[in-house]
Amino acid sequence: MFLHRAQDTTLGSPQERVDGDRARYRRAFPRAREGLRVRWPMTSRYLAPFASEGTSPIDAEIARKLLAVALEHGGDYADLFFEYAVSGSYAFDEGILKSAGRFVAMGLGVRVMHGDSTGYAYVEDFDFGAMKHAAKTAAQVAAGGGAPPQPVAAVTPPQRYPIEMPSLDVAGEEKRALLQRADAAARAADPLVAKVTASFHEEMREILIATSTGRFVRDTQPLLRFGVRAIVEKGDRRQAGSSGGGGRFGLEYFEQPGKGPEDHAREAVRQALVMLDAVEAPAGEMEVVLGPGDSGILLHEAVGHGLEADFNRKGTSNYSGQIGQQVASPLCTVVDDATLHHARGSINVDDEGLVPERALLIEEGILRGYMQDRHSAQFFDTKPTGNGRRESFKSHPMPRMTNTALLAGQDDPDDIIKSVKRGVYAKRFGGGQVDISNGDFVFSLTEGYLIEDGKITAPLKGVNLIGSGPDVMRKVVMLGHDLEFSDGIWTCGKEGQSVPVGVGCPTVKISAVTVGGTQVG
Amino acid sequence: MKLQELEDAAAQVVEAARKAGADVAEAVARSGSHLSAKVRLGEPELVEEAGSRSLGLRVMLGQRVAVTYTSDLSTFGRRRLVEDAIELARLASEDPFAGPPDPDQLSRPEQWPPLDTFDPEMGALEADEALRRARAGEAAALAFDSRITNSEGATFSRAAGGSALVTSGGFVGSTEGTYASLVVNPVADDADGKKRQGYHWDAKRHLGDLAAPEAVGEEAARRTLRKLGATKLATEEMPVVFDPDAARAILGLLAGCVNGSAIWRKSSYLVDRLGTQVASELVRVVDDPLLPKAPGSRAFDGEGLLSRRNVVVDGGVLRSYLLDTYAARKLGMQSTASASRGASGGVGPSTTNFVLQPGDLSREALLADTPRGLYVTEMMGFGFNAVTGDFSRGASGFLIEGGELAQPVSEVTISLNIDELLKRIDAVASDLDLRTATASPTFRVSAMTVAGR
Repeated sequence: MFLHRAQDTTLGSPQERVDGDRARYRRAFPRAREGLRVRWPMTSRYLAPFASEGTSPIDAEIARKLLAVALEHGGDYADLFFEYAVSGSYAFDEGILKSAGRFVAMGLGVRVMHGDSTGYAYVEDFDFGAMKHAAKTAAQVAAGGGAPPQPVAAVTPPQRYPIEMPSLDVAGEEKRALLQRADAAARAADPLVAKVTASFHEEMREILIATSTGRFVRDTQPLLRFGVRAIVEKGDRRQAGSSGGGGRFGLEYFEQPGKGPEDHAREAVRQALVMLDAVEAPAGEMEVVLGPGDSGILLHEAVGHGLEADFNRKGTSNYSGQIGQQVASPLCTVVDDATLHHARGSINVDDEGLVPERALLIEEGILRGYMQDRHSAQFFDTKPTGNGRRESFKSHPMPRMTNTALLAGQDDPDDIIKSVKRGVYAKRFGGGQVDISNGDFVFSLTEGYLIEDGKITAPLKGVNLIGSGPDVMRKVVMLGHDLEFSDGIWTCGKEGQSVPVGVGCPTVKISAVTVGGTQVG
Repeated sequence: MKLQELEDAAAQVVEAARKAGADVAEAVARSGSHLSAKVRLGEPELVEEAGSRSLGLRVMLGQRVAVTYTSDLSTFGRRRLVEDAIELARLASEDPFAGPPDPDQLSRPEQWPPLDTFDPEMGALEADEALRRARAGEAAALAFDSRITNSEGATFSRAAGGSALVTSGGFVGSTEGTYASLVVNPVADDADGKKRQGYHWDAKRHLGDLAAPEAVGEEAARRTLRKLGATKLATEEMPVVFDPDAARAILGLLAGCVNGSAIWRKSSYLVDRLGTQVASELVRVVDDPLLPKAPGSRAFDGEGLLSRRNVVVDGGVLRSYLLDTYAARKLGMQSTASASRGASGGVGPSTTNFVLQPGDLSREALLADTPRGLYVTEMMGFGFNAVTGDFSRGASGFLIEGGELAQPVSEVTISLNIDELLKRIDAVASDLDLRTATASPTFRVSAMTVAGR
């Protein structure tokens, strides 16, 4: 289980509007069926074939027929997951738009469950015969028992990421201009800047879920990511810095304060310059202060994965069977919140068609609940929390995080730093990883500093923090009032599936963590 | 899809792109199928079966480049693939280094060596047999020792894939491969209430070469049990021995830093280091696409050039970067036929079988020669800065005492700049295993900082 900064592909891109497609946009929009109140089509140019105005529209009746095939050998439950994802990226490198790309992936995943067994099959076209074959393949796992599918009824999901215009519909020139601005700002920021790379990635994912328990729900999920990487050179020393952000936005993302292309460019250069003078980090156990925002990856790794219910259903997590027990310092309240507007990890519906809300995981140090998907909720005889997510139609859903946060405490962040005699201040992270079975985690710092006599001093060369999740959560001794969410760059990997997530955290002081530098003593 | 059908599909895309105005068009068509069966505690947990296919396209208008990809193979989807590529290329900037390889560099079918990467029998293996193998592997692990109390399951998978590359420069080539694997993942209860998870796996191009499920399961159990009672160490500097799995991860970092893209982007500590000492003289690293049955083997590269063996590091001296046509032009060098073309159409240099050549010391002899040190079996985290070479990762494994593995160790970090790390390699063992495309035998680094309590 690990978390990393979303990688920049070398490619990508979106599109100008075309008259013919505009017409289709207008036709499609007012006629949206299945009781969906507000639904903009995917984009003016790309329309999911299974949309009501698409080339292979899927309605409740077709879904019911396929579900009946899926359950023809028995089985307790079946669902259909239709997906049409269009993404684009632009890579600006050495002052020019070096490459642009666009990618279309579509298909149907059919899942049949029989006890704890799952049959899964997928197909990449929406011809009824092909879909039926996938349903029959998935059905092989079941033998006997089960119930026929219930009549399907449309569900109207909430709207947590309304946007004015999908960025895929905005002319490519506008995105190229954003990258150009970032490139120019980075070069202007300091004469030591040697290389600048700026990238823009956008995606629209349209999904339709139909289940044998009668749910039928669609969602359209925009996702945008912008990143700048700068390399500075001074003599024979070289260092890189990067900054990025995004979320479920259109181009209005860049209009927010501090989120313009120039802001990211200057931040990347600042980080590279700071790290140019970095010194060897100390090694050993010491006090560590985590800065707000990015440090939320502590929650993600140290506790988040351990609270995904599949591990607890199997009894393979170190948090198994501990609901109601003290698992963290009483200062700690941890939530998984899918409702944050426009956040990278937010979803209107999960990939099983359920609507997630804000899930309370740890309350004042007491473990209150797990993140559930349909399967684990059945096992725990509780309600699913809407955390069933999957990477694509090629994958079965699992309990996954959305936006995970440690809520704010009472302390002034300055007081927290002042309280440390000798320790490390962790500001930016490159990623983290956890071993679920024992809670051992590692976080990799990309920007960190020494704290000496209550003051932040020298920047430290790339260093790791390592510890055990439950142990570190019990050692949280001060908590700032400055809760921040990291800008949208994080991707979480689990069992080979990647999903976008968010993390949030205030300034946190941990009384002892192992710092993996090179300076002994 | 048959290889001929893939070649036809790619050729159609190239033709359409040329008609639409592309000066250069290169298309890759792929198809694949897989079956995967997972059991947990003896019961089937997941049976997955599917096929997929896709088209990827790279076009150039003059020296303006764009790429597109689609899994929508309808007439509409194919048309959009080409239209999007042309439109995006119009938006891109002229890049004076962009362009296809010279036509006289392209390889021809009669030059391609047989690499035996395809097992025609594998496709016949059905879900029942896949489940049986997974079950046998897990059962062997569970029966091995009563301290194995739980399981994350065992998974058997088989996959087959074919791809065809057609370029407007005149290259037509296709290739197919198979892969079967079994992974077993047992869980043991430790005294401190922690759980310890271990795993073992095998993967091969041919079904007949795969280790018996029982052998994989028993080794997984051994690897899990030996982690019981793991503790932290006090912080100190000591020799560190990397077992083949951990060593391979170190080698992977080197692979990223000799990649031609990282060099021209100045994103590697190995910029301007050709011909200089970058590792101890015991280190010889070869990127070899021509090994029969190996996971990373290929007869031609992603641009159609004939594959060749590249000696990257010899006697510790950096001899070559890995280059595609673009990186070679950027650096004023020749392509090393290291181009890889992703399913989504993009091209960049990559490794094939990137291997640290084995020494003549057995693993046991290497250990016996290490009075005290850390033996690393797993690493965690992302603590590597390719630009500076700074390396710091979480590690677990064993303390070495008196030349033997002693107490298990977890929750420590190991740190050292990789430039220094490779120079401090003072022993390379002979235990190379080519399960993975990036592979290494056990090696020892004379001293690293191990941070713990």
